Amino acid sequence: MKLGRALLPPLWAFLIAMAAASALILAVGGSPLAVYRLLAAGTWGNGYGIGQVLFKTTPLILTGLSVAVALRGGLFNIGAEGQLTVGAFLTAFVGAHAASLPPVVAIPLALVAGAAGGAFVAAIAGALKAWRGAHEVINTIMLNFIVRALMVGLGARLFEREQIHTAPIALSARLPRLSSWLSALHGSAANASLFLAVAVALFVAWLFARTRIGFRIRAVGLSPAAAAAAGISVPRVQLGTMALSGAIAGLVGANFVLGYKYYYEDGFSGGIGYIGIAVAVLGRARPLGVVLAALVFGTLSQGGLAVNAVVPKEIVDVLTAVIIFAVAAAQPTVRRMLVGKEPAQ
Amino acid sequence: MTDLAPPAEAIGCAHLWKRFGQVVANRDVSLSVMRGEVHAVIGENGAGKSTLMRALYGIEPPDAGSVRIGGEIVARPSVAAAIARKVGMVHQHFMLVPTLTAAENVVLGKEPWLGPFVNRRRAEREVAELSERFGLRVDARRLVSQLSVGEQQRVEILKVLWRGADVLILDEPTAVLTPPEVAELFDVLRGLVADGKTVIVVTHKLDEVLALATRVTVMRRGELVASLDPRATTAPELARAMVGRDLAAAPPRPLFTGESRERLRVEHLTVARDDGSLALDDVSLSVRGGEILGVAGVEGNGQSELALALAGLVATGARARVLVDGHDVAHQSVRVRQELGLGHVPEDRHARGAILEMTVEENVRLGRQEADDSALALACKRILERFDVRPADKSVPMAALSGGNQQKVVVGRELLREPLSVLVAAQPTRGVDVGAIERIHAELAHARVAGKAVLLISADLDELLALCDRIGVLYRGRVAGCVDNEFARRAEVRAEVASLMLGAGT
Repeated sequence: MKLGRALLPPLWAFLIAMAAASALILAVGGSPLAVYRLLAAGTWGNGYGIGQVLFKTTPLILTGLSVAVALRGGLFNIGAEGQLTVGAFLTAFVGAHAASLPPVVAIPLALVAGAAGGAFVAAIAGALKAWRGAHEVINTIMLNFIVRALMVGLGARLFEREQIHTAPIALSARLPRLSSWLSALHGSAANASLFLAVAVALFVAWLFARTRIGFRIRAVGLSPAAAAAAGISVPRVQLGTMALSGAIAGLVGANFVLGYKYYYEDGFSGGIGYIGIAVAVLGRARPLGVVLAALVFGTLSQGGLAVNAVVPKEIVDVLTAVIIFAVAAAQPTVRRMLVGKEPAQ
Repeated sequence: MTDLAPPAEAIGCAHLWKRFGQVVANRDVSLSVMRGEVHAVIGENGAGKSTLMRALYGIEPPDAGSVRIGGEIVARPSVAAAIARKVGMVHQHFMLVPTLTAAENVVLGKEPWLGPFVNRRRAEREVAELSERFGLRVDARRLVSQLSVGEQQRVEILKVLWRGADVLILDEPTAVLTPPEVAELFDVLRGLVADGKTVIVVTHKLDEVLALATRVTVMRRGELVASLDPRATTAPELARAMVGRDLAAAPPRPLFTGESRERLRVEHLTVARDDGSLALDDVSLSVRGGEILGVAGVEGNGQSELALALAGLVATGARARVLVDGHDVAHQSVRVRQELGLGHVPEDRHARGAILEMTVEENVRLGRQEADDSALALACKRILERFDVRPADKSVPMAALSGGNQQKVVVGRELLREPLSVLVAAQPTRGVDVGAIERIHAELAHARVAGKAVLLISADLDELLALCDRIGVLYRGRVAGCVDNEFARRAEVRAEVASLMLGAGT
């Protein structure tokens, strides 16, 4: 009953989006049924497709969890994009200088560097919110721009000559492809960072269900005034929540840098930080929900490429956008974030 | 079935029901208010008076039953329908725009136009005329932010009259007024009735009813229990109808027999408001173990800030000292204060006391974040049993409990704190049902006998007189005086406290 009610709004969102996309496909002279069949075949229809879906899902799980953690703490982190950029860059930087280290040291070190970078960027917005009351939405957006500008400057000095990427990381820092265990996924970029993303989801679930820190984050998210009255330091919790949110976003580099291209490339993200917001909202800021929502968006992202032959792949972008739109309209969490909580009587 | 009301009825309802979750706020209420009456609706906090008024005015349409205005059933009750039928309501919390003038507030939403501009002069003239006609003294050209509370209330009444209301509903109009303002308001209301209007006043103060009303309706636990002629009744009779039993002459207070040492000492406590004015101005007080010190005062004289400052939720002046069992916590965190044994029942349950989206257990955890699971389970069990919380289930969301049960959880959480030396309870029984009030009172009295120091801040003078050893009065952020609450001199104590509330001590 409770689960059913939780699943109903996303389901409606999905159906509305399908209807809207169908109308669009008809308008450009395509057959919706054929397009959806193609979309299914190109994603879950074969080993390579499944592998690619998992590859695209992995970073979305992380950015979705990043936004979700902040949401639970009553904060809207729009800055996952900037946080993951800094994180991935640091991951690549450490990875490139880890040649002398064994994998068990090199990989964790590169990940910690990424998490620290993401946490640092997010903590700036967190500190401004906690002690100066500056709204985190504005600050995280502004930080995204600052990070962009910074990466352009840094890239000019640190990227490979004539390239827009860093030096390749050491062999010992590379994550294995999933296809090395499961040959059916052959050719796909899916890699071991999927396990990292799932582990982070389990960690977040444990954090909120079992720990004092998770309880404090939830209390501050639901009612800062009541949390303060209970002796919880609201500014410290807000700073910590943003740092944790940023750290999770900062792990995204594991997928692209350590598991796929083996270097940091300018613009590699393609907006997964922003899609993370939709993932978190569709997943109702719950870890399991986030993983499922990431799979939905990962499937659509890969599906766009699969249908490109018959209809413009932007059709899938429309599908994605309408899902986000419908979910945003239907979700009380989002309404509350955007409109503000009604004052208690 | 047709509800044909007598022609002289101004407003009324038949078989009206209203539920909020599990709580029945109005149970089969039938009321008839005649034209030209000053009709008082009285009852304790939580008796359903405000809900009934909100139903009559169309804010909260009833779940069942009908509302009549001018003898006709309102098919689809709404505020617009009520206003169209010349009914107006003055809310307990004013709904005014502080940056506009009194006249602009009155005409807001229905402004007289002069071409593309608001015809300010005409608005001011009309408001001044109305103000003169009904004795509602207020300068139409002044900004609302510069008006006193009493003047703001007059603006609210003018707003209703300007829209042509014949029936005025006033929800707890005297709660925020000083006694001279109350007297003036009563004169205005009598004048309105003389002019052919009908007035409904919601209150829980018996003396006001006897002074003003021509008819009184008593509500208890959502039901209408009596309809009386105030000239043929007495205050004790009304009280009995309100509470449902004879008010026991308050039981003699058992004495604390242990060694009575000072447990809370406050010196030079100053708290500034956002605008720089002082909400608390050099307040000093002291509470011994085994003592309940009451804090009385007209709302807005610093009581809220006192509770927040003691709990550590607002910044205090540099000279302030707050000693809990001898430890100065004036500039310490909430946590440090809790660890030294300071409990705090916040004034506003919804904003600060509890988190309704969380379970009862999680609400008990608030303020006990370090407790392990077994200690927390034990605390929950003790609170649920001792305070008779219903349902006695720690896993339900707080929102599923009635207001009284929510408050029992909050009070229980703070009273069963370990260690506990000082309890600051701000309006602990505001807006809760009679059963919960009795339970909370009994537990406060118990804490006193157990040697705790209790600071009880309350707007309810009867509550303070029933529970406290001494009653201090705050007036404009200062301690205007402190009265020993001697049981034998109850009437005099009440009079002394009341006069201090008006600033007699300064």
